[in-house]
Amino acid sequence: MSETRFKALKDLPAQHLLLPGTPMCPGCGGLEVVKQVYDVLGENTVFVNAAGCLTLLATYPFTPFRGSWIYTAMASAPAGAQGIRDALDILIAKGRLPPAQNLDVVVLSGDGAAYGMGLGPTSAAIDRGLDFYYLCYDNEGYGNTGQQTSAATPAGARTATDHGPVGFAGEKKDLFSIWVAHHPPYVATITSADPVDLARKVETARGHAGPKLFIALAQCPTGWHYDPKDTVQMGRLAVATGIWPLKAYAGGRVTHTRRPKPKGERPPVEEYLRAQGRFDHLFSPTRNEEALARIQARVDAYWDAAE
Amino acid sequence: MTRTLLTGNAAAAWGARLAEADYVPAFPITPQTEIIELLAEWMQRGAMAGRIVMLESEHSMLTAAGAAAATGVRVFTATSSQGLLYAMEMLYTVAGWRVPLVLVNVSRGLAAPITLEPDHNDVLAVRDSGFLQFHCATCQEALDGVLLAYRLAEDARVRLPVMVNMDGFYLSFTREPVRLPEPEQVRRFLPPFDPETLYFRAGAPRSQGVAVLGGAQYSYFRYEAHLASLGALRVFEEAAAEFARLFGRSYAPLETFHTADAEFAFVMLGAFATKAKQAVLRLREAGWRIGLVRPRLLRPFPAQALVEALGGLRGIAVIDQNLSTGMGGVLCSEIGAALLRAGARPVVAGYVGGLGGRDIPVEEFFEMARETKAAAEAGRCPPTRLLYTEEELRQTRALQAIAMAE
Ligand SMILES: Cc1ncc(C[n+]2csc(CCOP(=O)(O)OP(=O)(O)O)c2C)c(N)n1
Ligand code: SF4
Ligand SMILES: [Mg+2]
Repeated sequence: MSETRFKALKDLPAQHLLLPGTPMCPGCGGLEVVKQVYDVLGENTVFVNAAGCLTLLATYPFTPFRGSWIYTAMASAPAGAQGIRDALDILIAKGRLPPAQNLDVVVLSGDGAAYGMGLGPTSAAIDRGLDFYYLCYDNEGYGNTGQQTSAATPAGARTATDHGPVGFAGEKKDLFSIWVAHHPPYVATITSADPVDLARKVETARGHAGPKLFIALAQCPTGWHYDPKDTVQMGRLAVATGIWPLKAYAGGRVTHTRRPKPKGERPPVEEYLRAQGRFDHLFSPTRNEEALARIQARVDAYWDAAE
Repeated sequence: MTRTLLTGNAAAAWGARLAEADYVPAFPITPQTEIIELLAEWMQRGAMAGRIVMLESEHSMLTAAGAAAATGVRVFTATSSQGLLYAMEMLYTVAGWRVPLVLVNVSRGLAAPITLEPDHNDVLAVRDSGFLQFHCATCQEALDGVLLAYRLAEDARVRLPVMVNMDGFYLSFTREPVRLPEPEQVRRFLPPFDPETLYFRAGAPRSQGVAVLGGAQYSYFRYEAHLASLGALRVFEEAAAEFARLFGRSYAPLETFHTADAEFAFVMLGAFATKAKQAVLRLREAGWRIGLVRPRLLRPFPAQALVEALGGLRGIAVIDQNLSTGMGGVLCSEIGAALLRAGARPVVAGYVGGLGGRDIPVEEFFEMARETKAAAEAGRCPPTRLLYTEEELRQTRALQAIAMAE
């Protein structure tokens, strides 16, 4: 990790490659992640998109990408990446494409696709050792359709399909571990609130052939109910409270690239939850001590177990 | 040109091999498996310079197929029945991408109840997807159909994917003598794929399959595909004429059999039309002026050719090997509409038969001919009949009794 060209904020590209003027909501965390990842990967890329909010990035006849793009469907973007990768390899092998015109293939999907409908296709793409990047922007719900509960929705969150007093009664699925269980060359979690960590991880991934997968926290003012100006703050809180661990898997090992302060010293998860309307019902009209304690206990247990 | 005995599946695989397909995303399903196994074997021992990749589903298979074609390689794939429906979303999608891939569908009845035997509900369920459809009745046609399909799909005036359909078991597993064209001849008929605007490469950014906002843009692209499909009729005729010159085999959008002097005709798709041909010969021996019309192209719909072939007859019996539940046969209503629009009024008798591979014996063709004649004399189209015998009902009831028994 240490030998990437990104050591501090000043090493990051000063200008973004992604062009402005997209129809995303103000403060969209998913868009911010794409911007930062794009700066590292560059324009010699083809984004293979699954249905979600970011599908509207390219609406005929406009695109903010300087490189290429194809929208596939909700479930099968990894298979689209397979088709493009194979076709590029075939064209190069048969002398119909100069190797210098090769592209990196990048799947761009939301959590709904990554954790649910698209999980089988992703698993299969990893099985096949497909040389591609997978960028999941995780806004913890089916955002494009109005933030219904997805397999990435965290415990206690109110969504368009979980209105009850406890919000979503289940737990967020551990997609990182599921991906890691396939033993691909590289898996990492990222957040746009820590651009150096993000850039270093994407840069590190570039050194690996095969599947390179990222889960990015995608703060979503519209679905999470907070002021768009607080998007960066929301990302920082997620890391500081320990609810969004920043980690990477490579060479058979998981390493945490940022550690929150020890238990007792780090801010309670409550600070992150209270900042978002989707957790309001845990605080008013009465505090749901039991739910809050359970969420905190899970975060603490995670870090107790983390080496 | 060498002559050899091939199954319908092997003939289709030879079509892909002679077309020099670059890429074959695959997923197995009976009765299609022989096609992808053969291609895998050829590619792996270097007899064919292509790459086959096993996907995890037909939905992904079609996605990979479309994406590869959108990157500029010649793509072949094949499926059947449940697989075709599993891929449904992507059939529409890749047709919308306007990519010229070729898909062989080996028709098989749809669950439930699950069966392995053929009928055409699978291929007709995707009738409106934007894929052109070429329906085969012989193994030779399966091979030639794949070559014609590539010519059609890749023509700059068309640029739509093409489905080549053959009946499971009756064609897929039946060995017939097939003429294998010489590769150089095929190259003359089908030059290397020129992907034109279909590419992804560094230095030439390209967006494909992007979203549109609003009905006017959406309609524009949908209409474009429709008009390209309609235009494919002429392109098909041109390609078929060249095919006939090079290979000596003619493929009109419709196959007609003894229709020149006919008063009546059967209309059928696919391999079961061979049964109708036998019946036509027997009926002619018995003094009937009857023939057969078998559409090879179903999309684009050869309406004018159908009207020309059928419009002047006294009566036609459309035998649908499919069932649109609650309506009847799909082909019957399409042909009825074409005749009505043309102001041609032969009496149209609709039959549903051959579902799940159920046989249609020659006596039933005689019965259908008699009924159609009676309807023509009465000047009234009869309601759709479902072909089934007393004996079949008795046997099924006997099985039911066993199923119900404690
Ligand atoms: C097969 C299919 N089912 C449902 C939809 C409707 N749909 C479009 S986007 C979307 C939500 C996707 O959620 P996610 O992947 O989390 O992306 P987000 O919308 O949050 O950006 C859904 C359900 C679809 N496009 N395709
Ligand atoms: S709903 Fe959320 S993820 Fe979707 S565009 Fe708006 S802010 Fe971004
Ligand atoms: Mg989402």
